[in-house]
Amino acid sequence: MSGDLLEAGHVTKSFAIGGLFGRGHFNAVDDVSFTVQAGRPEILAIIGESGSGKTTLARMILNTLAPTSGAIRFRGEELLEVRGRKRRLDFMRQVQPILQNPYEAFNPLRRVDRYLYASAVRLAGAQSQKARDEAVDAALQKVGLSLAEVKGRFPHELSGGQLQRTAIARALISSPALIVADEPVSMVDASLRMSIVNLFQRLRDELQVSILYITHDLATAYYISDRVIIMQKGKVVETGPAREVLIHPQHPYSILLKESVLSPDDVGRGRLTLEHDGEAMRLERIVR
Amino acid sequence: MHPSRRDNGSAGEPRPAPEGPPALSVDNLRAYYLMHYFGVEREVRAVDDISLVVRRNEIYGLAGESSCGKTTFLKTIAAAVRPPLTVVAGSVRYGFLDRDIYALSPAELSAIRWKHLSYITQGSMNVLNPVRRVRQSFIDFAYRHMRLHRRAFFAAVEQHLRRLHLAANVLDAYPHELSGGMKQRVTIALATICRPEFIIADEPTTALDVVVQKDVLAMIREAQQQIGSSMLFVTHDMTVHANIADRLGIMYAGRLVEEAPTAEIFTKPMHPYTAHLVASLPRIGEQSRKKSLSGAPPNLAAPPSGCRFHPRCPLTMDVCREASPALTTLAPGHRVACYAASPLVKPSATAERAAVPTPRAEPVGLVQ
Repeated sequence: MSGDLLEAGHVTKSFAIGGLFGRGHFNAVDDVSFTVQAGRPEILAIIGESGSGKTTLARMILNTLAPTSGAIRFRGEELLEVRGRKRRLDFMRQVQPILQNPYEAFNPLRRVDRYLYASAVRLAGAQSQKARDEAVDAALQKVGLSLAEVKGRFPHELSGGQLQRTAIARALISSPALIVADEPVSMVDASLRMSIVNLFQRLRDELQVSILYITHDLATAYYISDRVIIMQKGKVVETGPAREVLIHPQHPYSILLKESVLSPDDVGRGRLTLEHDGEAMRLERIVR
Repeated sequence: MHPSRRDNGSAGEPRPAPEGPPALSVDNLRAYYLMHYFGVEREVRAVDDISLVVRRNEIYGLAGESSCGKTTFLKTIAAAVRPPLTVVAGSVRYGFLDRDIYALSPAELSAIRWKHLSYITQGSMNVLNPVRRVRQSFIDFAYRHMRLHRRAFFAAVEQHLRRLHLAANVLDAYPHELSGGMKQRVTIALATICRPEFIIADEPTTALDVVVQKDVLAMIREAQQQIGSSMLFVTHDMTVHANIADRLGIMYAGRLVEEAPTAEIFTKPMHPYTAHLVASLPRIGEQSRKKSLSGAPPNLAAPPSGCRFHPRCPLTMDVCREASPALTTLAPGHRVACYAASPLVKPSATAERAAVPTPRAEPVGLVQ
């Protein structure tokens, strides 16, 4: 297949702030453009600190939020035109989310397998109990779990890593072409982080899934991604192949981000210095 | 430029180990969650035989994955123990106290909290009152300990904020007006206002992103150096430990498995779990494939026999399944609990002791 899997063209999302008087606009995402090619799966990392518009962009790609201007096209079709139950389900089959905190993504009073079965019925069209079990089990096998381990369990009975892998399995049930992962490892322990990150790499290589990996962790982004987009205050400040951008960042903000990454090589009382002047400036704006 | 930085000339360089009693010494501490429902007894050994010493003026890092008992350990040393958590054995002694913290009456305990022993929490929203201005939080936490008149108290607060490079007008802000990093800075200022001898920091930077995290860590260290207190710093992020801790203890499933100066943990880890933690850290500029650990952390209600790490360990031997290894000093300041590290490691006394009914501190009214 040729063409673009996902194409974002000059996407802007602005939110209104303030009350009736002194009403203003705030651009959470400001003129962002990028494409993900079809037929060539890749991991595209979107990097930025909190408040840089990463999550707003993810929500627009998932079609839960409409852009103020610009267009997002999935396989050439504009997302604003995806209306109606059938077309919407068809879109959901192909684009699936993975959320930040697995403990919040699952309702604690609901069994985990219910989510998996619901996805199997609605998105994979599994009608009989047997077909459902098979679809769910196949997805769980891909992430290194099995239905027997998960069936009948509540979220608190699974560890954080298992729960996050279950969330990934749920996203895989409908065999999507694109997964939007919003900070999938920031709430997971360091020792389990690598198992999730390695899993993404396997999904790309073996299942041909493209992944939008949204993160503020430069080290894992360097480790798995093919391309990176660095965002600051809604704008894209730097983009390019992951190795190049993260080793030789050009934009001052990318350089700041890279310098802020704590390295395990600075063992002992590393290189921590305060930058007071910038902070005092920020404070003036925040406190009225 | 910042005169406050100069009054502590040694800022940045490791200081020689000061003499005198340690700031905190914990001996054979065991804290279990004891539950009996409908006649069925269940115990979860969240802190199982931990002994450690935090020296004066030192940042002691404690690392471990979630559900390994880190938070329970912190609760226990802060004497914030409520049923079903029960301290079964062991002692917790602070340098500023002449006796065990569990020998204190509630009134005495309340008098030392915040004045001598304070706490930086993970979620700053758990500390700051969301419906009052930050000023009110300072009054709530510190006013009674400072023993100053209101005007002198606020002068002291503002001076303290200036020392930590915060503008005094944060006092008039509501918590929601501050960013996550600013809120965390305010809680650090709040925790250090009484110049406590001992500070407990529980994952203070986990929810922050990289740029802010570095600033907040730098501020924690500067505050600690200014007031010369000791600190127990808990997080699961090894890169944070590498940059802030003087010594590092690794916890696994309720036990301390390795303890050494930070540089030694990163360069010469002896326990396989530590070695895995260090080896799996991603670095920019390095792309070799990192292995992840198989299996899940053990359930502390039914921990594996012997060494608790053996089901996930690449070096398991027969002895690992039978008896748990004692924490043994193998190099100066380096303690390890692993048979594979050295033949000097012997089984701990825990195995025999477990056969005897565990001594209970006192039967606290559990379920009524």
